[in-house]
Amino acid sequence: MDIPSLTIGQIRDGLLARRFSAVELARESLRFAEAHNSATNAYLRFSPERALGAAAHVDEKIARGEDPGPLAAVPVAVKDVIVTKNVVTTCGSKLLANYVPPYDATAIVRLEKAGALILGKTNCDEFAMGSSTENSAFGPVRNPLAPDRVPGGSSGGSAAAVAQGTAVLALGSDTGGSIRQPASFCGIVGVTPTYGRVSRYGLTAFASSLDHIGPMARSAGEAAVLLQAIAGRDPMDATSAEAPVPDYTESMHGNVQGLKLGLPREYLKDLTSETGDLISAAVATLRKLGCDIREINLPATDYAVGCYYIIATAEASSNLARYDGVRYTSRSAASGTLSEMYRNTRGEGFGAECKRRIMLGTYVLSAGYYDAYYLKAQKVRALIARDFARAFAEVDAIVAPVSPFPAFRLGEKIDDPLAMYLSDIYTITGSLAGIPCMSVPCGCTAAGLPVGMQILANHFDEPTMFRLADAFERARAN
Amino acid sequence: MKITEKDVRYVAELANLSLTDAEVQKFQADLDEILGYVERLNEIDTAGVEPMAQVLYAAGGKDTWRADREVPPIGAEIALANAPQPGAGYFKVPKVIER
Repeated sequence: MDIPSLTIGQIRDGLLARRFSAVELARESLRFAEAHNSATNAYLRFSPERALGAAAHVDEKIARGEDPGPLAAVPVAVKDVIVTKNVVTTCGSKLLANYVPPYDATAIVRLEKAGALILGKTNCDEFAMGSSTENSAFGPVRNPLAPDRVPGGSSGGSAAAVAQGTAVLALGSDTGGSIRQPASFCGIVGVTPTYGRVSRYGLTAFASSLDHIGPMARSAGEAAVLLQAIAGRDPMDATSAEAPVPDYTESMHGNVQGLKLGLPREYLKDLTSETGDLISAAVATLRKLGCDIREINLPATDYAVGCYYIIATAEASSNLARYDGVRYTSRSAASGTLSEMYRNTRGEGFGAECKRRIMLGTYVLSAGYYDAYYLKAQKVRALIARDFARAFAEVDAIVAPVSPFPAFRLGEKIDDPLAMYLSDIYTITGSLAGIPCMSVPCGCTAAGLPVGMQILANHFDEPTMFRLADAFERARAN
Repeated sequence: MKITEKDVRYVAELANLSLTDAEVQKFQADLDEILGYVERLNEIDTAGVEPMAQVLYAAGGKDTWRADREVPPIGAEIALANAPQPGAGYFKVPKVIER
């Protein structure tokens, strides 16, 4: 078996034809991933006991003639902000370097129920705050396609693992683009589902009104299989949606002829020329498939970055208050008084980006500034959502770039926080509106750097999004 | 500069965050730049717009409360397993009230 190019289908066929067992596959996958991790630093930790235990369970099911599940023996990498029972979960933070969660996230429970093997936990920006994975306390991740460049972030480890072939699938989390942007930088598929589609129980909270868990994969079809396994109402997350989960794989086979697609003018003006050319070529491909493409306006786009960095930091400053040296985290040695314990634990433990966001969020929520910043941002958010609602009255889906530029060099933007924030400009709009969006590879620059096309659809219309992505992938393959 | 050093120290106090003098300087410049950028939100007219605190979409009438059933708690031992200083079934912290 060729580990780095394995597909869900190949694994299933191989298992059922008894060409290999799930345990053999788990051993090989772990060996391969461990051997290749030094090239990227994608994984912070492997979970061999867990993967081998799940694999043995799959083998038993097959031996008994039972269906081993839609993700039987599929190796999955999990972003280290998603808790795994008895497997250290660090969130990329020194504060949680030794944190052993007492429970599993719902997404993890559902993955293992579907037969998946949790291979290990992937590196990420500390508490998912960043666009490059350089903010991890455990060292940056390198882009497997260009080792001097970032993999994007904050789900950079998950993206690198899937691109490198050390996992077939990965879970990422997305608050303002943290699945789609690294997917685009690493040349894979990344899906941010509709807000509420996937339970966040066990996802370490960053900005609760924006946080999502979503799939990362090497094709739209495989991302759809992963989403199928984890989507749906969960009593443990009051924000998870009641809406029934459609059959995503079934919905991919439809025709895209006559599909009405919007191309937002506001998303096309600040692209580097190569990204712009690749997006234009992708649009031409969609036109050839019979899609009806029209330009649209999303006028509040220019205000999205400002809106997002108020709302996200405000929520983060509140969510991160729990890391105080009492319950989960390490505690500063300089904890003479209660106040010193709080201040020094947090001052020593958090990295620069988390501190910056805690400061910003605390500032915009502080007395006298709430209306000017936070309330204003919530109103602008409503306008951004209204732009999309109006657009989806006219079109079935929207196509756009994911990022204004391809993967940048390690260190290139780390000292310029505003430039880093502005790199999220095309992904945070969809996050603010809570609509499903995804990144699909649409080619590479002359230097070999991947570029992703973004597809955005209306709330719960993942089927249209996947159908378009799948048709686009097939057209590109021909 | 709009954001002063005093502002930064005050906000750090509110956030229970000890900062070095170098961090105070750095965050003063960063906050000033980022909040300066954010000023552009004042260009957009939001009169009469309802603030959006949460993602809203058309949903069925069923409420999202879960059934009110007893669930066994994880227990003190497990809850304390990650604490830096557990003791006698509690989280220990430095003395709060001086005698």
